[in-house]
Amino acid sequence: MAGSSPAALGSPAAPGALLSAADVARVVDRMAHQLIEKAGESLADLVLVGIPTRGAPLARRLAARVAAFSGTAVGTGTVDITLHRDDLRTRGVRALEPTVLPDAGIDGRLVVLVDDVLFSGRSVRAALDALRDLGRPRAVQLAVLVDRGHRELPIRADYVGKNVPTSRSQSVRVHLTEVDGVDEVLLTGDAR
Amino acid sequence: MKRHLLEAADLDRADATLVLDTAAQIDAALAGREVKKLPTLRGRTVVNLFYEDSTRTRISFELAAKRLSADVINFSAKGSSVSKGESLKDTALTLEAMGSDAIVVRHSASGAPHRLAHWVRGSVVNAGDGTHEHPTQALLDAYTVRRRLGRLEGVRVAVVGDVLHSRVARSNVRLLHTLGAEVTLVAPPTLLPVGVGSWPAEVSYDLDAVLPKADVVMMLRVQAERMNASFFPSAREYSRRYGLDARRMAALGDDAIVMHPGPMNRGMEIAAEVADSVRSTIVEQVGNGVSVRMAVLYLLLGGAQ
Repeated sequence: MAGSSPAALGSPAAPGALLSAADVARVVDRMAHQLIEKAGESLADLVLVGIPTRGAPLARRLAARVAAFSGTAVGTGTVDITLHRDDLRTRGVRALEPTVLPDAGIDGRLVVLVDDVLFSGRSVRAALDALRDLGRPRAVQLAVLVDRGHRELPIRADYVGKNVPTSRSQSVRVHLTEVDGVDEVLLTGDAR
Repeated sequence: MKRHLLEAADLDRADATLVLDTAAQIDAALAGREVKKLPTLRGRTVVNLFYEDSTRTRISFELAAKRLSADVINFSAKGSSVSKGESLKDTALTLEAMGSDAIVVRHSASGAPHRLAHWVRGSVVNAGDGTHEHPTQALLDAYTVRRRLGRLEGVRVAVVGDVLHSRVARSNVRLLHTLGAEVTLVAPPTLLPVGVGSWPAEVSYDLDAVLPKADVVMMLRVQAERMNASFFPSAREYSRRYGLDARRMAALGDDAIVMHPGPMNRGMEIAAEVADSVRSTIVEQVGNGVSVRMAVLYLLLGGAQ
């Protein structure tokens, strides 16, 4: 689960499929159970906020599973981080994605940021900055489908679907039905 | 996107749509927020270089830049070295030497922003040049139409009034055509420019015939300050033939909207009860102007230089 990042320790994985469609479903179910267990009493305050593009459908899926397992409906939203990124000048402008929050807002609630891959941690930093302008949550946690290591900032995930040791030259591609028509996680590029 | 925004023709359909989509996302992201500010352009400097009077455009650009955390310098020709005879070029080079990243320029001479774009390294945004173009006004008008009617493709827009002196009309005809709307210009023959036949728009002299078919009626200000000849016999006659009053408004379709770029001459091209009616988007246009200009500044300045 949370904490240590084996990606930093283990040798890079071989290219190929990391998770199949069935694996993705199982991993999402497990993360939903972990969310319920860890949130405990405050489950009703939970808001799952996805980081576009693929964090958004992932947040909705997690919310649906949490509701199915616990019987408690949880809030969902998305927060676009483009205007908060620190690499706009080097990578150029890009189209914006929607920012949507529950009507009740996020003040005093337990916000869990949801993203597909945790890599440098810079997206999460941008998301934290964006959240600061939107309200004051009681606490902010982080859930990711894949943690591939190579952090550049002191950021860690509270819920991890799968830890994957990678080399920097490799890339992790998450495909979700809502965006790509298929559920799978692939590792591409040779380990160097 | 090109580096500058000098005229509506600088935007192809994809670029124009990108600006409108970006504005919509910015609108949604800032709606209902206490802190209406984004860190995107921190450390960038935007100069508002205004050689002509303006209320809404200058304030709108200033607010847009500030909401993106850029530093803003407002320069108006009155009270500057321009009154000592400094040229546009020298003024621009001075501002750039002080580190401006973008210059938003309004000038009474058509083409001034084009000249400026050759002299400076940063981006130039045309905020209205003479009787030539006012591209951000056209963008905010298109944005307003899209928000109200949900589409631009196939929307029938009547642009009514002083087309000859109107940079708003020029930019709007170009941009609306790019975005798939159908434009009809309605004006007395004396207030239509030479060569209007080559514009991508229909021309009519009869407002009453056009109104029932229009989804959008865009009224233009009669620009008395640019009129050095008599283009129509009297204000009353103009108002009776080309002004939008309550009687004419009743001929509009149920969902049709009335727009005006401002400032209005109430009682001349538009009656007060029309300007204040539910069909009127005039106040909405001003609010949308800030979002659209934020989108333009973000897309021009946000990325690598």
